[in-house]
Amino acid sequence: MASKATAQPTSLKIASGAFLAFWCVLAAFPIVWIAVMSVKSPRDAFAASAWDVITGPATRAAGNGLSIIDIVVGLAFLFFAIRWGFTGLPKLVVALTPPGVIVLGWLVGAAVFALAFVLVFFGVLPPVLGGINAMLGGLGEPIIGLTTEHYTAVWGENQFYRNFINSMIVTAGVVTISLTVGTLAGYGLARSGSNLAFWLLILALVFRALPHSVLVAGYLPWFINSAELLRPIFGEISPTLYGQPWAVIAVLVAINQPFTIWMLRSFFQNIPAELDEAARVDGCSHFQAFRRVIMPVMWPGVITTGLFSFLLGYNDFLVTSLLLDAQNQTMVPAIAGYFNRETTTTDQVEAVAAAVSITAPLFLLVMVFQRQIVSGLTAGAVKG
Amino acid sequence: MKFKTFFWFVAPSLFMMLLFIAAPLVSVFIQSFQVTQPVMQQIEVETCTPGFLTQTCTTELKTVPTIDEATGKVITTTAWVGLQSYQNVLQMDKVWAAIGSNNWGDILQIDFWKALRFTLMFTLVTLPLVIGVGLLIALAVNNAAKSLKGPVIFISLLPFIITPVIGSLSIYWLFVGDGILTATLERWSGQDIAMFAQAWTIELLMYFYRVWHVAPFAFVIFYAGLQTVNMDTLESAIIDGANRFERLRYVIVPHLMPLIIFIALIHLMDCYRTFEEIVGFRSQAHVISLQWLTYDLLVPDDAGNRAISRASASAMLTMIGIVVLLILPLRRTWRDHKRGAH
Repeated sequence: MASKATAQPTSLKIASGAFLAFWCVLAAFPIVWIAVMSVKSPRDAFAASAWDVITGPATRAAGNGLSIIDIVVGLAFLFFAIRWGFTGLPKLVVALTPPGVIVLGWLVGAAVFALAFVLVFFGVLPPVLGGINAMLGGLGEPIIGLTTEHYTAVWGENQFYRNFINSMIVTAGVVTISLTVGTLAGYGLARSGSNLAFWLLILALVFRALPHSVLVAGYLPWFINSAELLRPIFGEISPTLYGQPWAVIAVLVAINQPFTIWMLRSFFQNIPAELDEAARVDGCSHFQAFRRVIMPVMWPGVITTGLFSFLLGYNDFLVTSLLLDAQNQTMVPAIAGYFNRETTTTDQVEAVAAAVSITAPLFLLVMVFQRQIVSGLTAGAVKG
Repeated sequence: MKFKTFFWFVAPSLFMMLLFIAAPLVSVFIQSFQVTQPVMQQIEVETCTPGFLTQTCTTELKTVPTIDEATGKVITTTAWVGLQSYQNVLQMDKVWAAIGSNNWGDILQIDFWKALRFTLMFTLVTLPLVIGVGLLIALAVNNAAKSLKGPVIFISLLPFIITPVIGSLSIYWLFVGDGILTATLERWSGQDIAMFAQAWTIELLMYFYRVWHVAPFAFVIFYAGLQTVNMDTLESAIIDGANRFERLRYVIVPHLMPLIIFIALIHLMDCYRTFEEIVGFRSQAHVISLQWLTYDLLVPDDAGNRAISRASASAMLTMIGIVVLLILPLRRTWRDHKRGAH
């Protein structure tokens, strides 16, 4: 590549670098900006000058702000916490988890780490730093306005945590069920070269293209009346499916199936068929071969597909807003509730804070699973 | 693999898809020819208001829904109405009237045609932009220093991974009445700017949002494709005297052609069902899409009724559109499959 013929003129290098820098700013700016707005008092958040939004004079005047000490200590803590999360935590998890349940160990490890981080960062650091600032005097004066009042309002008064729990229930259900059902089908499709398998895949492709509102128009009358329709079969326990999280999970799993089986099929095709043929020669049935030989090597593909199932369940607006009622609403449709109340600027900034709260887990997801997401995006396209 | 084993492997997935995708389609098809309405009855109501000396009483005929004595619910009837619901959605009489009087613009006053116009234009305008921007980013990243690639990919993935409603909201907040970019634009131009007061500015922002949201997807795929470009072909092109642009045009783009088709197909499917932008930008008064039209009919109105039959008709029309869009790519796949089999 570094031969003289392919060497690039400086002007091209500069142009390409400048374009890349421009794109990075463009890609990150809206997201970074709402994060900045969410920690400012309403007057600062919608100030006309960008500098005022960043430094937040009105927020600072109200007594909420960060001093130099706060920023330095906070950034240092953040840096070491993230670094330990990527180096120390994996070792600890591997050392403490009994073999065989490594996935469970990771879930517990990540949850404990997140909890400890939140406790220290939001519980321990502020009072300690507050004391230090008071002692230092001039150096401890706030220089950047920052307030968490909107987050407190959203998560506390508006009970956003309920929506968060609902989101987690729906997402966890969607991921587990669609992976269980999808791996079986993906494996079957990858190992069968029959015409039927081809037609199933084409059917799945057509299903993938369907707008979701078409399907919801089909569900709604049945879901609302399901208690009466199901009574002859299940008797008195027949439920009204409308407003039930598990009904929504089933719907989202089905909507997600076409994509899941396409993706898992392409992963299974990369696992050599000789592997399960050898197991078959040794006397395994197809299911045994799947369980003993394929399952141990399929995890990279399953994790990647799981990430995309997670995104589908987490990001969905249309299905959850139409099929769930207000009591068990998930986070994304719940934010629409702010639109109607969005009369004052305080309401607007609270909506911004809710939006940032929804984005934060996704941000973490990209940070941890960047490699898997990229490989998942390319798996379908480059090989298929 | 024997058919029976294959069947048991795919059965759960197939069952889910048949129950929750195929069955609702049939149901929507049937619903679109039916209308379910409460049974109305006329009753005489005497209302008396206290007056001087005597009460003032008036009797009037009121139309109220009949309520079942046993269950306490409103009795409904379902009637076959043929193409009535389609007519309500399409409003062909108004369309012909508009064509007859040569006022073509009037057609776009009707919700369905308005939504169709926007959806198709949205799909066609953003498609080349997404492919172009994605390719540019991929080429630029391919050029960049190795240590930069990881962080750049991380930042690029953010717009792709963000919840669509939140993504469009984040751009909405930048341009809303007193948003930072509107304020900056106003200072530069010295004019009063309202981005959300007319249709065309909203549409521009929607195009921008969609390209911002999908270009990273195209970029990641093109970037992976660029890693497999045949270096020998590239070098022989250089020896043959091809300049940089010609190499891009005649070596790299043909190599990426299958990927471009793949992205175009996915983009076609996703753009056709655009919906979240309308929610995020709150543009329903100016710009609507086909999927939003169905959604809006499904949301209960002020009286708590959902226009199920009209929603079904609009859903069926939306589906016809996607089938038309997909016929060509699917025929291609079928030909490839047949060629592969022989």
